[in-house]
Amino acid sequence: MNLNYTPEQDAFRQEVRQFLNDKLPDDIREQVQKRLRMPKSTTERWQKILFDQGWGASNWPTEHGGTGWDAVQQLIFEEECAMAGAPRQLDFGLRMVAPVIMTFGNEEQKQRFLPGILSGEEWWCQGYSEPGAGSDLASLRTSAVRDGDHYVVNGQKTWTTLGQHAEWIFCLVRTSTEGKPQEGISFLLIHMDDPGISVRPIIMLDGEHEINEVYFDNVRVPVANLVGKENQGWTYAKFLLGHERTGLANVGQSKSMMARLKAAAREERDGERPLMENPRFRDRLAQLDMELQALDLTVLRILTDAKGPGPAASILKIRGTELGQNLYELLMEATGHDAMAHLPEALDADYNGPRPGSENATIAAGEYFNMRKLTIFGGSNEIQRGIISKLVLGL
Amino acid sequence: MDFTLTEEQQMLQDSLRRFVDNEYNFDKRSEIIATGKGLDKGTWSALAEMGLLAFTFPEDYDGLGGNAVDTMVVMECFGRGLLVEPYLATVVLAGGLIRDAGSDAQKAALLPAIASGEKLMALAHHEPGNRYNLNRVNTEAKPSNGGYVLNGRKTAVIHGGQADQLIISARTSGSAGDASGQSLFLVDAGASGLTINDFATHDGQRTADLVLENVQVPENALVGPLDQAAPLIEKAFDLGIAAICAEAVGAMEALNATTLAYSKERKQFGVPIAKFQVLQHRMADMFMAAEQARTMAILAATNADSDDREQRRRAISSAKALIGQYARELGQSAVQIHGGMGVTEEMFCSHLFKRLTLINLQFGNSDYHLEQVSNLLLAETA
Ligand SMILES: Cc1cc2nc3c(=O)[nH]c(=O)nc-3n(C[C@H](O)[C@H](O)[C@H](O)COP(=O)(O)OP(=O)(O)OC[C@H]3O[C@@H](n4cnc5c(N)ncnc54)[C@H](O)[C@@H]3O)c2cc1C
Repeated sequence: MNLNYTPEQDAFRQEVRQFLNDKLPDDIREQVQKRLRMPKSTTERWQKILFDQGWGASNWPTEHGGTGWDAVQQLIFEEECAMAGAPRQLDFGLRMVAPVIMTFGNEEQKQRFLPGILSGEEWWCQGYSEPGAGSDLASLRTSAVRDGDHYVVNGQKTWTTLGQHAEWIFCLVRTSTEGKPQEGISFLLIHMDDPGISVRPIIMLDGEHEINEVYFDNVRVPVANLVGKENQGWTYAKFLLGHERTGLANVGQSKSMMARLKAAAREERDGERPLMENPRFRDRLAQLDMELQALDLTVLRILTDAKGPGPAASILKIRGTELGQNLYELLMEATGHDAMAHLPEALDADYNGPRPGSENATIAAGEYFNMRKLTIFGGSNEIQRGIISKLVLGL
Repeated sequence: MDFTLTEEQQMLQDSLRRFVDNEYNFDKRSEIIATGKGLDKGTWSALAEMGLLAFTFPEDYDGLGGNAVDTMVVMECFGRGLLVEPYLATVVLAGGLIRDAGSDAQKAALLPAIASGEKLMALAHHEPGNRYNLNRVNTEAKPSNGGYVLNGRKTAVIHGGQADQLIISARTSGSAGDASGQSLFLVDAGASGLTINDFATHDGQRTADLVLENVQVPENALVGPLDQAAPLIEKAFDLGIAAICAEAVGAMEALNATTLAYSKERKQFGVPIAKFQVLQHRMADMFMAAEQARTMAILAATNADSDDREQRRRAISSAKALIGQYARELGQSAVQIHGGMGVTEEMFCSHLFKRLTLINLQFGNSDYHLEQVSNLLLAETA
């Protein structure tokens, strides 16, 4: 047993850190670290910088232009990026649809779609959930009916993150109503500009727009955009959900948040003393610090296990999301009643009007509210606990 | 022991519930918030007509002589419909202080004007960087021109931007942290040297920060005794805490009701999600949280008027600490059970959750009040 990183891994971390130091633009760093509203161009610029470095896709094999890094290298990269204040890369393309296309798509699809994802020029969103199909995803009803060289798609997707920005949506659609619900689902790639698609915003409880409803009214999709085989989409979706779950531990994000929280504990005042000297607050911070360490090492332990993560990956999703929520909650409590004010205009970098308290206070409550999503999406934590009970404990 | 409401209180509750359920629905509330004005004139007049704005004032000043239990009944109804109107600021905090500490002239000038709905008021006490401790007052008032001149900053002034007149605390002697040396002053919202930055809050209400630069007030602006306002301020906030504890109970019960209804309607895997045992247990916990919260809100209300400081403080801080915890648990569960719907602006659920979250941040969070109870224990065993 040895919990230290190898000298090679330490050197790798150094290399990543140096790169971030040299190449991450200050204005981007500021937006991310202060958790300001990010224009689309921020993510685009950053993906371009990574792409130019050859680091556009840390989780892809080299044959498709990825880095070919192992799991630990990927984690180190993610962590360093988060700590430095780099924007999150676009999971929907890089970590969700791309692995499916690589594994189940045909050569043409790989040629057509992977380069745009890697360069960041084409954005993707995920069209799984429907109003009637959330946790019970297999009950989805959006239909695709074959008509010559096309599928005609009708129905509605919802909760579509980034739907307002994306060029493409990867959808689960119903191509058959025979057999079990899981057996009639196909995986379809649809261009968001196609006639018959309309997108409506859903405003979240923090007042921000990040999710949408997407309607399909006789949308004609070329059969060439079917991934894999018709009616096999559920298998691909399950493959993809496995990918999503390990990513959802979000250790890098939590580490950067912890750093911010520690800084806040020193900066926020509790009368004569910094808040850090308030023992009740510090205990709560220490508790989260311990939990973060436990999560960090558990992730490494599970990912370096030769047997692969399997259903135990649900641990990472559950613990990672709960920790993420608790970190924001503590930031909110650190800023106390200053966090009560809601200043949407102060989420833009050029805001210089009045605000109660610090910049932490401006974002804290909104982020706390927003982060309730973490335990709901990507397979709710109730569903994840069900997976552990069934597939790990055999209940 | 008697946990029942009086006949009058029962009638008050019935009519207010009807008012909230019928006249203050979700859409109306959203419209009021969107105006940015912090209140709806029609609603405010309706509350005045019902006698609510004077409920706790003495009969000599157009009031009904009500107590903190009456306020509890009112605030619980407000919590149920999440009223955003400045009742807490105007009637409970500022009105309560004028009632308890104002001169006859101040009472005569202000209480009937509050009662009729003409005048809005606010209490400005907390200061930037000083968090919740009530004795941390740095704003200064110095004798000048036969009156006083005020300098300093205030924060978290609930509905400060809507008030016609504010009661502002300032130090007339001693130094920050001292209980003694604090005094209260009446200041017009338009006073020269007073800047009011009005902000929306996440729960649809308003808050303000104040900057005071050589704000001159006359001698008769002093409310209560010079240098000895700390006990008055503490009591005013204890009444305020009891009030928002009751509001939390109303919001918690509304949140339980909407969650229960949603869980019966929403189907996944071919059954209502209410059939899943994890959710059933979670809703059972939510029910228990609301029941315990109700008990604590009653404890707070029945002690809030008391002049036995130690007993009052212990009751109020215990109630605020526990209700903060219960509300957090209950609110998070409610959102979780709503799934994606719970994190949208469209659902009443998310608004109740936000108000409950902010109640915990207001007038001391759970940790702060736990510390107060803990300190009282220490004093007791010493
Ligand atoms: C901010 C946000 C972004 C999202 N982005 C996307 C996206 O880009 N693309 C996409 O396709 N989807 C997206 N989703 C949808 C997300 O995957 C769903 O919200 C999630 O699957 C839950 O479904 P639901 O909201 O319908 O809740 P429901 O399934 O109705 O669940 C409601 C409650 O019931 C519980 N429950 C359900 N079934 C069971 C069970 N069997 N046992 C115990 N408890 C159960 C749930 O845990 C939850 O607490 C997003 C959601 C959010 C909130």
